[in-house]
Amino acid sequence: MYKTLIRLTTVLALATASAAPVFSQEPVRIGLITTLSGPPGYLGEDMRDGFNLAIDSGDGKLGGIPVELLVEDDGLNPGNAKQIAERMVRRDNAEILTGIIFSNVQMVVAPVALMNDRFYVSSNAGPSPMAGARCHENYFVSSWQNDAMHETAGIAANDAGYGKAVIMVPNYRAGKDAVAGFKRYFEGEIVDEIYTKLGQSDYAAEIARIRSVEPDMVFYFLPGGMSINFLKQYDQAGLIDEIPIIAPMVSMEARILSGVGEAALDMRATSFWNADLDNDANREFVDEYRAAYDREPTPWAAQGYDAARLIASALQTSGGKVTEDPEAFRAALREADFEAVRGSFEFQSNQHPVQSWYLLEVQKNDDGELHLATIDTIVSEHGDPYVDDCNLSR
Amino acid sequence: MLLLVEQLLNGLQLGVFLFLVSAGLTLIFGIMGVINLAHGSLYMIGAYTGATVTQASGSYLLGFLAAACAAGLSGVVMELLLMRRLYARDHLDQVLVTFGLIVFVNEAVTMIWGRTPLFMDIPQALSGSVEILPGVPYPVYRLAIILAGIVAAVGLWLLIARTRIGMLIRAGSTNREMVSGLGVNISRLYTLLFAAGAVLAGVAGAFAGPQVSVQVGMGESILILAFVVVVIGGIGSVRGAFVGALLVGLVDTLGRAFLHDLLGLFLPPAEAAGMGAALSSMGIYVVMALVLIVRPRGLFSVRPAS
Repeated sequence: MYKTLIRLTTVLALATASAAPVFSQEPVRIGLITTLSGPPGYLGEDMRDGFNLAIDSGDGKLGGIPVELLVEDDGLNPGNAKQIAERMVRRDNAEILTGIIFSNVQMVVAPVALMNDRFYVSSNAGPSPMAGARCHENYFVSSWQNDAMHETAGIAANDAGYGKAVIMVPNYRAGKDAVAGFKRYFEGEIVDEIYTKLGQSDYAAEIARIRSVEPDMVFYFLPGGMSINFLKQYDQAGLIDEIPIIAPMVSMEARILSGVGEAALDMRATSFWNADLDNDANREFVDEYRAAYDREPTPWAAQGYDAARLIASALQTSGGKVTEDPEAFRAALREADFEAVRGSFEFQSNQHPVQSWYLLEVQKNDDGELHLATIDTIVSEHGDPYVDDCNLSR
Repeated sequence: MLLLVEQLLNGLQLGVFLFLVSAGLTLIFGIMGVINLAHGSLYMIGAYTGATVTQASGSYLLGFLAAACAAGLSGVVMELLLMRRLYARDHLDQVLVTFGLIVFVNEAVTMIWGRTPLFMDIPQALSGSVEILPGVPYPVYRLAIILAGIVAAVGLWLLIARTRIGMLIRAGSTNREMVSGLGVNISRLYTLLFAAGAVLAGVAGAFAGPQVSVQVGMGESILILAFVVVVIGGIGSVRGAFVGALLVGLVDTLGRAFLHDLLGLFLPPAEAAGMGAALSSMGIYVVMALVLIVRPRGLFSVRPAS
């Protein structure tokens, strides 16, 4: 009896022991939580498709290491997202989480990954608290810090010599951050600050206000569909030729442009990436993306792709070990040794990027097709102002 | 002063547009007693069909007709398959089913059209702006919406107050069995009425197409405003919907236009801007609350006290 028990135990022990190497050959699980439903659903769709493109072009591998991508829709609901994250970490053993679009969702999800000693690689949101005092050694942002697209709009407005600006943003946290970011660099006078409702569809009152104060330019931060609403009405009011616009890329990219049409002509936007950027990685990405999904890539697609390739570079260096050897994986991520489609890419000590920002303009090509053209480099090696509050050292 | 005139006109335009959206809702809600949360979906169907057909045919008129037909047909299908079973059920069941419809239609639209917002241009004849007063250019398209809304309002009033069908509809809303007993096919009448409400929503969607983003979920943002209009105006009253819509349009627009200036008289500019925005987004709900305190059944309620 006793012998049998020992035998059984031995067999079981051997079975678990022999199972261990099998486990390590299992694909590295990456959890991509993003917004796929409702009006902002297209952001998540592009994010997912960009990320998948990188995996597909490596035949299911990132950096030569097999990966399994778990995709879930957060429905723009932080509570849902937290449950999904906990399930991915505890049940599915996802070692890396990524993909979240909205800062308020990420502020809830990232801690789930970090407290369980997993990695969080943000492919979109870069909220300021996590760039400063609450930075974390396992938290990386491969997209941008939130303020940068607004700061660079301020710089671009200075470069264009605009003296008087009207700012318009939705009345919520990200809108106020946009105002702060723009003001941090803009040297002219702000003649009116307009706060709109989130999800507003009629902008007649705001447009009349803008006309009445006669500014040199308008800076607005209206994500997605709200930007389409505003631009169409701004054009119909005949203002687009009179008072120029500079906006961050969340208010003007390929998808928004196809919804607005010619009303957006001559509008300018700030971005860290554009489809026409002249480097090998980008040309390859844009061609493959168009071929695979039959639509124009957006910044969100480029961000998903770059995040995947950053992770690929680290997986390759660490030989596929993530939580098994966190030191090595972390060090490999910090190196950021990959060809980013945006061109130059480096991490600051708070593990947020330092990169170039470009000024884009809506132009019409010879075939009469509208597209976004890169017309200037606003600033190179732009970081964020929160890095000094972060106590991570390299 | 000129700015005030312009903003009043903006408020009027928003109000008339809201009337187009909420007229169908108040009819269905008031006369048939069904809470139709999917009204916004019909609006979206109208906008998507309008944009697609306009784009393909180059004719705005055709797009417009297609939008009305698509929304009307969807309305008929919805009525025959689902709504018909809900008249006798309580409001909770209706809310549940029509909420399910919102999710269903959103997914269906995503599958058919994808997630990229659709493009819809302004018809050539209605583009540009005219100077209504010296120094106040106003987009022609917005004037056209005002006109369309007024036509719809008068038409609906004539239909309900002056025609035989309108009489039957009014009778049916008071006592369904009695009208049925008098040999009127009340089921068919309700299907027609539901379709009419759907057509109104679809037309509003097509009108909105050139002005707003034609995208999934566009119906939900307008639905809340439409319900505020219906509640203020009194459930089931077309006249109430018209007055309520104008009230909501004006309060909302004038709040957004002038509240921050008004607050700026007492407060520092930054606080006035933030507070003005917060208060103006509450404005229409405050109006709704005030109306409900004075007249708990809305301004022009037609439904008898139960």
